[in-house]
Amino acid sequence: MRGYEVLFAGNNFLRLLGGLWVTIRISLISIGISLVLGVLLGAAMTVRNRAVRAICKIYLEVVRIMPQLVWLFIVFFGITRSTGINLSGEAAAMIVFTIWGTAEMGDLVRGAFISIPKHQYESGLALGLGKAQLYGYVIIPQTIRRLTPNIINLSTRMIKTTALVSLIGVTEVLKVGKQIIDANRYDAPDAALWVYAAIFFMYFIICFPLSVFSKKLSDKFR
Amino acid sequence: MKNIKKIISAIAAAALAFSLSACGGNGSGDTSADGEASGSGNAIYRTVDDIKSSGTVKIGVFSDKNPFGYIDNNGEYQGYDIYFAKRIAEDLGTELELVPVEAASRVEFLETGKVDIILANFTVTDERAEKVDFALPYMKVALGVVSPDSAVITSEADLAGKKLIVVKGTTAETYFTENYPDVELVKFDEYNEAYSALQDGRGDAFSTDNTEVLAWAMQNPGFTVGIESLGSIDTIAPAVSKGNETLLKWINDEITALAGENFFHNDYDETLASVYGDAVDKENLVVEGGKV
Repeated sequence: MRGYEVLFAGNNFLRLLGGLWVTIRISLISIGISLVLGVLLGAAMTVRNRAVRAICKIYLEVVRIMPQLVWLFIVFFGITRSTGINLSGEAAAMIVFTIWGTAEMGDLVRGAFISIPKHQYESGLALGLGKAQLYGYVIIPQTIRRLTPNIINLSTRMIKTTALVSLIGVTEVLKVGKQIIDANRYDAPDAALWVYAAIFFMYFIICFPLSVFSKKLSDKFR
Repeated sequence: MKNIKKIISAIAAAALAFSLSACGGNGSGDTSADGEASGSGNAIYRTVDDIKSSGTVKIGVFSDKNPFGYIDNNGEYQGYDIYFAKRIAEDLGTELELVPVEAASRVEFLETGKVDIILANFTVTDERAEKVDFALPYMKVALGVVSPDSAVITSEADLAGKKLIVVKGTTAETYFTENYPDVELVKFDEYNEAYSALQDGRGDAFSTDNTEVLAWAMQNPGFTVGIESLGSIDTIAPAVSKGNETLLKWINDEITALAGENFFHNDYDETLASVYGDAVDKENLVVEGGKV
């Protein structure tokens, strides 16, 4: 069998799409929740109250220094071990990616907020804008413009990192690819190239709309 | 002022890390307590009766290790381990739920009771035996030596003064260094480098796990595995959660009983024969009735 034939042998292509759907489901749900919680966390990180800031900082650092793989093991196996609650692999994956995404998103939001120079606030107020107008017309559009490239960057990183979830028994697109390559390793040793090319293309298909969307968004606020 | 903030946040972070690890400690303490209380039905694992009454046995297998456990082009599980898993479910009288596992998480799946049995080409080692309970073996692995048809090496004696290719860090490297110091070893980091060296004639033979060289020789005409089994033998066995005595006993009885119908020889014929070819002596791989 030739390498490219493997892609369409049996129901391989459907299985790859099924794996892609798992990848999309895990990453988009966790990115969505992370966006909301991240904005709240970012706002909390800019408040005056030092205790609040310290707690946020600790959360961020703890999440950041521990590899996602360790988090997956802690949530998937650790929770069962200590409480007896048996989470599905996919639920555990979404929890881990939301914990991680929220921390990183929070820091991006914080960075974007404090990067707006003080004179922007002062000029806005000097023009006689109210607080809502100041944020609505001056601060938030600038924040979003600074934020979007970073958010897209984080999102694509999260999408690619979902490949780790095969370790907790979730079969996502990359794992399906490995299964297909291995099933045909004796009949079509060069299948790997074709399968990985197909997976590359699939990742591209999910990541590309994100960057188009981000371009639209930052154009809108120009 | 800034330094003070840094110090405070560092202390707070350390405190949190400490409390997290303390929680971890408590967690594992609870698990062992559960294990001890297994008599009272609080165990993480399921006994044979629990499995039978639930109607489904959960078995952890590889999904990408052809020919032991893999998923074919139609999305069906196949392989030597799967053949046995199907029989276990049949004899338990339950449905079979196959859970894909990775080599690195096999022990954890058992420790947390997320599967009842691991049947994923699991080599028995002392270190693993402290964390899981192994049943009787159903397969064995040793070293094999592959060489070109033009100068087949069929015994250790043939190797004297020859160049033997090995992959760094494998049991083959250790074995030949310790036992045959006069064999010249040519070492590589990767398997594919080692195989191309053999094809180029940069060495007279190549040695690694026999399952590996046998499958390779089958795919590469012009090469023969002259020595099919050499060195210390590792066994491959099903594993259950530590302390799950009823299930362990059930599997051991099953393996012993299956010897009557030469089950694992048939398993070999169905799943491995096409990969290893007819020339291979089955007895070098198959373990029947748990007797190595």
